Amino acid sequence: MADSRVNVPAECRRGEPFEVRISIRHAMETGYRTDAVGSTIPRDVIQRFTCRYNGEPVFTVRMTQGIAANPYLRFFVTARESGTLDFEWIDDGGIRGTAQAPVKVV
Amino acid sequence: MCDVAQGSALKTALLVLVLVSSSARAQQRVLPLDTLRPGIEFAGADVRAMQSDDLANPGFLWVDRGEKLWRDNTTGQSCASCHGDAPKSMRGVAARYPAYDTAAGAVLDLEARINDCRVRRQKLAPWQRESDDLLGLTAYVTYQSRGMPLAASIAGPARATFERGREFYSTRHGQMNVSCAQCHDQQWGKRLYTETISQGHGNAFPAYKLEWQALGSLQRRIRACMFGIRAEMPPPGAPELTDVELFLAWRGQGLPLEAPGVRR
Repeated sequence: MADSRVNVPAECRRGEPFEVRISIRHAMETGYRTDAVGSTIPRDVIQRFTCRYNGEPVFTVRMTQGIAANPYLRFFVTARESGTLDFEWIDDGGIRGTAQAPVKVV
Repeated sequence: MCDVAQGSALKTALLVLVLVSSSARAQQRVLPLDTLRPGIEFAGADVRAMQSDDLANPGFLWVDRGEKLWRDNTTGQSCASCHGDAPKSMRGVAARYPAYDTAAGAVLDLEARINDCRVRRQKLAPWQRESDDLLGLTAYVTYQSRGMPLAASIAGPARATFERGREFYSTRHGQMNVSCAQCHDQQWGKRLYTETISQGHGNAFPAYKLEWQALGSLQRRIRACMFGIRAEMPPPGAPELTDVELFLAWRGQGLPLEAPGVRR
């Protein structure tokens, strides 16, 4: 399941940083928990998260099991030209998630 | 003549007194309506900040899922095909729940009502309690009543459910032998370990509970409380849980729906 919620400002001023916020639906199973019969529940966390601005990576996170479930990320990107932010993440199971947000620079 | 007239006047007065007092007892509230405080007021600043931010509030991940499910027609007719636009058709619905459903012949909470629609009208298999799909759709429908006051009815056929719920609430349970009323009517505002005891309302459910790292239903929260007092947990969907849900909705009448809620 690759649900997410993204927020970027409606308009950004050229050369100035703008705030990007994204919350991702992921259980972020730590690998430390055990189930009802005592077996360890295998680790399954988002390994890598990348934000590309018109194709160029501008923000990358390498996550481990220290990040809580349903991670909420807030970071800044400097506005250049209008275009698209592409978000991509991949977890321990190899499952990819994606999201997009338009960037309008004035 | 005077004695007879006075006698029947006295009888009438007594009858009125009995009727008034019995209905007053039925409506008697341990927590008067003007003393009600929602759980968010007992939560810390970080939890309040998370709930009030629609991006940071993880509950919205389930609301968004519910919005997709509302329009999903891959397995048959979608909710939208009958109910149209949810912000219009579902406005105020969650605030009336749990409610007596004539077709089902029972009081249903919102989760049960959604499943009833799935089975009876969409001819689909019901969703499991606490599944992401059922939680998502419940959260989405509840979101349409965001900010509206709790207004469940205990009239008519719902009355028996309400009475059972009130009974359950006031009964001691479990190894710790305590009732809901002892903590949430009598001890609210006081500390229990690191937490402040709330009044135990359900107006913020389904809620994202940080302890669960997921969204969960009011029934899940009630079951967790039973676990906490070392009582046998009724299974999900058990009738006594709906009884309590209806009682809580009456008890918290007027509290605004926090949808989706965030709790520790």
